[in-house]
Amino acid sequence: MERHPRTEREPMTHPAPLGAVPVSPTAPPLATQAAISREIAALRAAADADGAAGGPDPGQPARDYPPYRSSTPRHPRQPPVAIDALADPEAVELSGPVFGVTDVTALDADLTRQHTGEPLGERITVTGRVLDRTGRPVRGQLVEIWQANASGRYAHQRDQHPAPLDPHFTGVGRCLTDDDGRYAFTTVKPGAYPWRNHDNAWRPAHIHFSFFGSAFTQRLVTQMYFPGDPLFPYDPILASVTDPAARARLVAVYDHGLSRPEHSLGYRWDVVLDGPSATWTEEGR
Amino acid sequence: MPTRPEGPAAAPAVPLDPTPSQTIGPFYGYALPFPGGERIAPTGHPDTVTLHGLVRDGDGAPVPDALLEFWQAGPDGSLTGAPGSLRRDPATGAVIGRNGVDFTGFGRVPTDADGRYALRTLPATAPAGRPDAAPYLALCVFARGLLHHLFTRVYFPEHTAAHAADPLLSRLPQARARTLLARPDGPVPYRYRFDIQLQQPADGRYEETVFLDFR
Repeated sequence: MERHPRTEREPMTHPAPLGAVPVSPTAPPLATQAAISREIAALRAAADADGAAGGPDPGQPARDYPPYRSSTPRHPRQPPVAIDALADPEAVELSGPVFGVTDVTALDADLTRQHTGEPLGERITVTGRVLDRTGRPVRGQLVEIWQANASGRYAHQRDQHPAPLDPHFTGVGRCLTDDDGRYAFTTVKPGAYPWRNHDNAWRPAHIHFSFFGSAFTQRLVTQMYFPGDPLFPYDPILASVTDPAARARLVAVYDHGLSRPEHSLGYRWDVVLDGPSATWTEEGR
Repeated sequence: MPTRPEGPAAAPAVPLDPTPSQTIGPFYGYALPFPGGERIAPTGHPDTVTLHGLVRDGDGAPVPDALLEFWQAGPDGSLTGAPGSLRRDPATGAVIGRNGVDFTGFGRVPTDADGRYALRTLPATAPAGRPDAAPYLALCVFARGLLHHLFTRVYFPEHTAAHAADPLLSRLPQARARTLLARPDGPVPYRYRFDIQLQQPADGRYEETVFLDFR
């Protein structure tokens, strides 16, 4: 069977020094998709059993999630130490960095206009609101995105997947949320791409998002997926969120009302940031 | 559709379910780091300190694709921060970085190919509302392989008395608390070393850093 070309995505153990891409003859063979899918199913069943027994909230991925091989040497073994915001209302983390009009330019939110020509691909707009868990909009805060181009290639030197680069697309954007907590980007729909977590591994199309809340505790880096992607069941990164309702919160909704005639298709994706803030503690939550 | 049964998990009065985290992956390097991200201290400030160190994984190997974010109180103990960390040139759109005057309190530093980072900032200060507190830098760690970021703190060795009363340090065993202490590296108070150990190696040669969960 022909194997897909080696890429530098998610190396199996440790990344080689930049510039060197040795293929170790002693590297263990990659797991099959069937084996990864069995691991995913077993962990999902275990999480369901835990949830039924009143176990921890599965709404966030476990940091130790073996089907995502890179997590194995990089997750803490000790449980995190809890900091109670009500007991320590002056904790520095209950406030956070702020950004302003000097930190963005108007063109940053339109990834199709950052070069001299139009990028290839399906033009889309992605918009939504950023809220905290009390439903309060996160105002004037920085949202950053990065993504592969329509062919599934990142404008990153370490991405050597043999899909074409697009000279008219970098795939980086940022904006500030408005007074309703709303962000909006115009871009092209990213392509799916292969990676080396296991044999014949493909990431569903996604856009990476970074959010700041009103507190550092609310920091969030995540990925937005597109509805109906057939790769969902195969992807260990999405599957690391074992609760189906929580997984659904990572998938945008196609919203025809957001599509612009003869221009772009519209997607809506609302985001809720976790974590306490100084405002919570002032109001006693 | 039935709602979740009442139980301990249903007790908080917080209604909205959070959006889950996903890994930052290996390709954030052309999007998130920005020139001057590591330089929080105003240009030429005489009190500038350097904090540097290494991020290691559970095999003891350096992590060359971690992104570290720092947040700290202002020199006057304010927690409001200031915009302008990634100031842009409106003509070219390029990041021109901080103006060298304002203290934004925010730093962002990717590790290099050796897993190392260096931050230049002002000494940590206690919040104005609690001036006797042990000062620290808040730190958030992102990396490929981390499905959810990790929070930790950097405390500084010269505040021994405040550390004894710190609500976090005082409840940790000594070996664990030590992972949150920068150590002097050269002439104090100018240079400190702070390594981040994501996972304790099987042979126990490095203590795992204490990570935090805010509730």
